[in-house]
Amino acid sequence: MSKDFNILFAGFGGQGVLFSGKLAAYAGLYDDKHITWLPSYGPEMRGGTANCSVCISDTPIGSPCVVSPNAFVALNLPSFERFKDRVVPGGTMIVDSSMIPAKCDRTDINIVYVEASKLATENDLEGLSNIILLGKLFKETGFCTAESLDKALLKCIPPKRKHLLEPNRKALKIGCEA
Amino acid sequence: MEDKFLMKGNEALAEAAIQAGCRHFFGYPITPQTELAAYMAKRMPQVDGTYLQAESEIAAANMVLGAAGSGVRAMTSSSSPGISLKTEAISYMAACDIPALIVNVQRGGPGLGGIQPSQADYWQATRATGHGDFQILVYAPATIQEMVDLVGVAFDKGDQYRIPAMILADGMLGQMMEPVKLPEAKANKIIDKPWACCGHHNKRPHNILNSLLLSPKELEDLIVQRYKRYDIIKENEQKWDEYLIDDADIVVVAYGASSRISHTAVDMAREKGIKAGLLRPITLWPFPVKAFETLKETAKAFISCEMSMGQMVDDVKLAVECKKPVSFVGRTGGKIPTPNEVLDKIIEVGGCC
Amino acid sequence: MEKVVFKKPHALTDVPFHYCAGCTHGIIHRLVAEVIDELGCEGHTVGVSPVGCAVMNYDYFNCDMIEAPHGRAPAVATGIKRAHPENVVFTYQGDGDLAAIGTAETVHAATRGENITVIFVNNTIYGMTGGQMAPTSLPGQVTQTTPYGRDVNKAGFPVRMCEMLSTLDGVALAQRTSVDTVKNVNDTKKAIRKAFQNQIDGKGFSIIEVLSTCPTNWGMNPIESLEWLRENMIPYYPLGVYKDEKKGARLENE
Repeated sequence: MSKDFNILFAGFGGQGVLFSGKLAAYAGLYDDKHITWLPSYGPEMRGGTANCSVCISDTPIGSPCVVSPNAFVALNLPSFERFKDRVVPGGTMIVDSSMIPAKCDRTDINIVYVEASKLATENDLEGLSNIILLGKLFKETGFCTAESLDKALLKCIPPKRKHLLEPNRKALKIGCEA
Repeated sequence: MEDKFLMKGNEALAEAAIQAGCRHFFGYPITPQTELAAYMAKRMPQVDGTYLQAESEIAAANMVLGAAGSGVRAMTSSSSPGISLKTEAISYMAACDIPALIVNVQRGGPGLGGIQPSQADYWQATRATGHGDFQILVYAPATIQEMVDLVGVAFDKGDQYRIPAMILADGMLGQMMEPVKLPEAKANKIIDKPWACCGHHNKRPHNILNSLLLSPKELEDLIVQRYKRYDIIKENEQKWDEYLIDDADIVVVAYGASSRISHTAVDMAREKGIKAGLLRPITLWPFPVKAFETLKETAKAFISCEMSMGQMVDDVKLAVECKKPVSFVGRTGGKIPTPNEVLDKIIEVGGCC
Repeated sequence: MEKVVFKKPHALTDVPFHYCAGCTHGIIHRLVAEVIDELGCEGHTVGVSPVGCAVMNYDYFNCDMIEAPHGRAPAVATGIKRAHPENVVFTYQGDGDLAAIGTAETVHAATRGENITVIFVNNTIYGMTGGQMAPTSLPGQVTQTTPYGRDVNKAGFPVRMCEMLSTLDGVALAQRTSVDTVKNVNDTKKAIRKAFQNQIDGKGFSIIEVLSTCPTNWGMNPIESLEWLRENMIPYYPLGVYKDEKKGARLENE
């Protein structure tokens, strides 16, 4: 992995964009990297588009705004259209193809289509498509270690929602294997 | 690495204040500082502190005046339009030599402006946080860890010099998360405040905290005295950070969020073989003129990078005594400049020297 | 043997008042100071000075004093009281300060049931700035800024603060008194004492509105002023207790 790895998550508010970013950030932290997590904020959080920049680096991070991501996780069509051309050549794009009917014709990046929302429904993991996509991102890029990603899950799922830990682990696994 | 965890800037500011012994927070909701007040609402009752949502920013700042005037560490936080309303109390606190902490998580202005990050309150913070001849300490953190560290510094220096202090942040720093390590709580290590109005207990003459001086001579004398204290602050309290400036031809001067963008741009310039460096003021008042003492001779040009319309350019020009050209690059209205925009300016300026 | 039969309260300093001849601020200051003496609370009392004629009362009261920006005294007092609940905290404010520029601070300190004491001096005029219309100026009253008399169709109606505040749950005591007669002076002192005692007992926000005179800006001599107060102010601002929560307005913490 290169010394800077910048991830952009984007979708509708409520799709867990910020949460998957937080998991990625904590995973980076547990790998002893420098990290930043920056959400979009404001009225657009209410059902509009939400996005989240995560930088993982071996050195202190300058700009936390991810303009040209090494990896882009697209959770809805408007975000897909808006950011698909910004992925750096050689980068990775993970697309929830059950939400996004379009295809990207770029050949200089690794594009992975995952029917994440459909898989979530089929596996009784409603609302965890974001975690399935994160699992796929992990599989494709290895942006963190598996141990750190699991530690991040343990950290980010609050004690009163402990019953969600196993479903999240399952979603990650499905993503990895999809 | 369990002692480090991720915190949002707004929450980190709040927790750092509690660790610094602040037990009195008076606020009023405004985006993008909301999480700070919400965090205080949750935490203050756990530490027997006061969280009070006031009827207005004006009232909140005046509650700080009362609490801090009675000797405790007190603070308020807001964002740009709200800070304008707090300037009344800030002027009175400065006039009564009452230390307190004011946090400004800046958003775009003027007027209601926007809610996205901005640095357009530079002039307000460094020139006029209210009417009259006065200054306040202004600290501009660039990382969440620095937000945490500077809250303690702001309280300590405020108490030491009896001057209000401001943390000038912005919506980006307020909303973003980075790993932080919290300082040890400094319980009850707050200095004595014999001037405080908390009851004389029949042991001393009554204290008065007042800013009305109808005699021009008395008022002038007091202000001149206060400015002597400001001179000591200017001498002792300038803070800044340097990145690759020793051999730099082009020095980007930037604080807070825009300094992070500039940091990335400087790296990009170096990759292209351009000798660029970053000078990052940490105190905006006092402005770190000392940082320019050698630089104004060695560097060829300076660029002020801001999320405002060049408000810091004058301070940079004064610091380099106009010996070298100072230009501006930046965005405003809630836009954050991209590293490429800053790089383009570095290249443009570099071509001229 | 000489015997002291009358003396200045300890809670007043030796600084001579700057008030105009016949102004009733002096009486009200004295009453507040007598109450502080009687309750023995001077050492842990903090007063908040207003902007207005009483702006310099930080020099007159012997307790610790903080000067507030115009209208903000209840907010400043809130800060002091929250930081030092054991202190007795009072504000002393005029009509412009409390009922115009500081209306929000007054109403919200009251509705929070802030455990403070507010002394409200209503003389229907801005005295310090030379006699402009106040929020409490009477309909038809001539002031510098209502030279043809207060026209309520243009300048609006006066504010009755005690009546308004008495509707709020946080208020323990709202009472209007006057200092135009010996009896009323005595009643005012009793009311002020109760307002301080309420705070000591933790009962919540107490406000005493004292009808007062401004001979200078009313253009009258002191005796005429007192008559004008009786004939014009008391009918519009009836004296009395508007709210008195015996158990206090604050809910006991379990």
